[in-house]
Amino acid sequence: MSANKAINILIPIISVLLGLIAGAIIMLVFGYSPVEGYKALWEGAFGDIYFIGETVRQITPYILSGLAVAFAFRTGLFNIGVEGQVIVGWLAAVWIGVAFDLPMIVHLPLAIAAAALAGAFWGFIPGLLKAKLRVHEVIVTIMLNYTALYIANHIIRNVITEQKDRTESVAKSASLQAEWLTEWTQYSTMHMGIILALVAAFLMWFLLEKTTRGFELRAVGFNQHASNYAGMNVDRNIILSMVISGAFAGIAGAMEGLGTFGYMSVRSGFTNIGFDGIAVALLGGNTALGVVLAAGLFGSLKVGALNMPLAGVPTELVDIVVALIIFFVASSYMIRWLLSRFKKEGK
Amino acid sequence: MDYVIEMLNIRKEFPGIVANDNITLQVKQGEIHALLGENGAGKSTLMNVLFGLYQPEKGEIRVRGEKVKITDPNVANHLGIGMVHQHFMLIDTFTVTENIVLGSEPKKLGLSIDLKKAEEDVRKISEQYGLKVDPAAKISDISVGMQQRVEILKTLYRGADILIFDEPTAVLTPQEIHELIDIMHNLVKEGKSIILITHKLKEIMEVADRCTVIRKGKGIKTVNVSETNPNELASLMVGREVSFKTEKGPAQPKETVLSIENLVVKDARKVDMVRGLNLEVKAGEIVGIAGVDGNGQTELIEAITGLRPVESGMISLKGKDITNLSPRKVTESGVGHIPQDRHKFGLVLDFPIGENMVLQTYYQEPFSRKGILNFKQIYDKAKALIDEFDVRTPSEYTKARALSGGNQQKAIIGREVDRSPDLLIAAQPTRGLDVGAIEFIHKKLIEERDKGRAVLLLSFELDEIMNVSDRIAVMYEGEIVATVKPEDTTEEELGLLMAGSKKQKVGES
Repeated sequence: MSANKAINILIPIISVLLGLIAGAIIMLVFGYSPVEGYKALWEGAFGDIYFIGETVRQITPYILSGLAVAFAFRTGLFNIGVEGQVIVGWLAAVWIGVAFDLPMIVHLPLAIAAAALAGAFWGFIPGLLKAKLRVHEVIVTIMLNYTALYIANHIIRNVITEQKDRTESVAKSASLQAEWLTEWTQYSTMHMGIILALVAAFLMWFLLEKTTRGFELRAVGFNQHASNYAGMNVDRNIILSMVISGAFAGIAGAMEGLGTFGYMSVRSGFTNIGFDGIAVALLGGNTALGVVLAAGLFGSLKVGALNMPLAGVPTELVDIVVALIIFFVASSYMIRWLLSRFKKEGK
Repeated sequence: MDYVIEMLNIRKEFPGIVANDNITLQVKQGEIHALLGENGAGKSTLMNVLFGLYQPEKGEIRVRGEKVKITDPNVANHLGIGMVHQHFMLIDTFTVTENIVLGSEPKKLGLSIDLKKAEEDVRKISEQYGLKVDPAAKISDISVGMQQRVEILKTLYRGADILIFDEPTAVLTPQEIHELIDIMHNLVKEGKSIILITHKLKEIMEVADRCTVIRKGKGIKTVNVSETNPNELASLMVGREVSFKTEKGPAQPKETVLSIENLVVKDARKVDMVRGLNLEVKAGEIVGIAGVDGNGQTELIEAITGLRPVESGMISLKGKDITNLSPRKVTESGVGHIPQDRHKFGLVLDFPIGENMVLQTYYQEPFSRKGILNFKQIYDKAKALIDEFDVRTPSEYTKARALSGGNQQKAIIGREVDRSPDLLIAAQPTRGLDVGAIEFIHKKLIEERDKGRAVLLLSFELDEIMNVSDRIAVMYEGEIVATVKPEDTTEEELGLLMAGSKKQKVGES
């Protein structure tokens, strides 16, 4: 049991190390210094308070989108639609943020709730189709990603604004940014959303591990037949799982809309927050704590990478390193096999 | 040397247990050698050593007198050892031929598969050994018995002459078992040797020449089947005297608990499987449903338990209508259900065994309050049930998947019996279990009866039906065609009734 647990923790760590080593080799091959490159990466992520602020800001939506993917996955569903749910969440939050002028205690929660609801609705559609008609959620969610993107663009251009490419900034009363935080981190874009993300991670853990509802969701995820036999309503749990997953994703969108940017602009492509969430969930083993740690890694890499050109290393290389890490996590079977081989020989 | 296989003093350890402790198995050329042992005795481990899946810590293996080292299944294949697995390794969407040649396909010009030659080869082998199969049929379209023949053909196609059968009858109907026994005799006649892994004594008596008994990882004895009897084998296997005739007093039926009137149930293809069925089960009696698989038994049980919609008719429990209620409502009205397929329905295999113990009751107090689980209560309860029902598990936190079949089944029975239902439905409760576990389960069913509960037993094993039931309802094509008492009937008569001959005189109860 405990040996198994140790392996489960060891595998992502080894994956990350292998990814970093592979990245170093690639940098060497292309004539860059991996020491300088990784030093710049580290500096760029944690070099001073400003960079730390930026890193935390990047981690925030990753935690939420990772939770969204992980939550659905624990119930046996593959929510590829987190990307679309992030977009509708972002839109809903910004819309509420610009349309009203209310006291903060009402306005901010209202905007976040709107984002959660919008994401939840975007998750409800594939959940319903899966539960009632057995339509595979992967197909529906992929389609809904595009639907979300273009609907959001249309609404920004034609409904919220008059043919403009971005909305107004949200009212101060709906903003997640706090002056003291901005000043303390030397004018980084860090905002209060990180607290919300950590609370969400705790909620997911509590819901899945401690409540009867979580018991049902997990049971349905492992074995629908046995869950049905035991009197659980499988269809309702499938829908609920997608709704909760979508809500997490929607809040991830609110982090961008109310925190980082404070507005929403017409997009030509996806935000990638949702897609990166799949990798975060995978690396984090679909557990709440794992997702927080994996999001930490992804966020740090992403922000640190911006600093790498200073050492002459192109940012594309960082994307390659990240991709390699994901590759090694996905091929964890290989690492597992190597580990067990290693253990045998040691005996 | 006339031994074709010799496994001498084999020892295989796993962390924490010794699965094989100094076991010796010697198989003669051209014999059917049975390997008998309870679930978890180490039969499969020993065979996996022979097949190259595990490396033994100690001991040596000789094949046809020569010492060999079997490092992986390919080596075993080269040595002519073939394994017919209990869980078939077939690709559903491929044809019989494609499955058989998979991995060693005859090629045309070294590029494309020569399907014609392959089909011809398959046909030749199947005729040689009397294994009738249509080489062009898709696996998904043929019966389980046929699929097993494909598995046998796979090993023969690869030139095996030592065949290991891993619990081959566990999934077969009585007719298919007879056919398999004929096939095994044919194989031996053609010069093959067979190792038969099983815990069914009847089969050993019927087909095997010799039998090696292992118990708790140790080799106990090798006996000539002609010089032994089932009682001796059973006590060798279990380590104590085993009674085959289940001890029970006469039933004392009281009020009607389950009553079914004119029930009609369709299967997934919308075909009527239960056609106007009538049945009553009273408190304090065990009613056994006998019948050939596929005559609507599964649909009947699923309809009673709310897993399948009822087209028409009525099911009532103690006078209360429970037709078409949800599974939860049915459970709450007092029905316990030991499902036919314990892996698919009975357990969430990736949950700890402790959490499986509250699979239907987790939302009730004391296991949870206001939606928050109380793990202390859950695991206390699980521990009590595990002790009471002798479920052998390292702990209540162990995943259900890690338990042996017998212990999984004991856990399910413990859970279902403990809810004290008015009606206990047991669908093939002893399928795939060894004598010790079967004895235990039969005793528990009779105990429940004696506590005044109604028990509905579904089984395809006539022995079990005859032994345990107080009344036998024979099901044929979706109807109960006869109700008899076990003491007034014979297996032959039941067999005829199950085959649909209604003309037999039937003692009404």
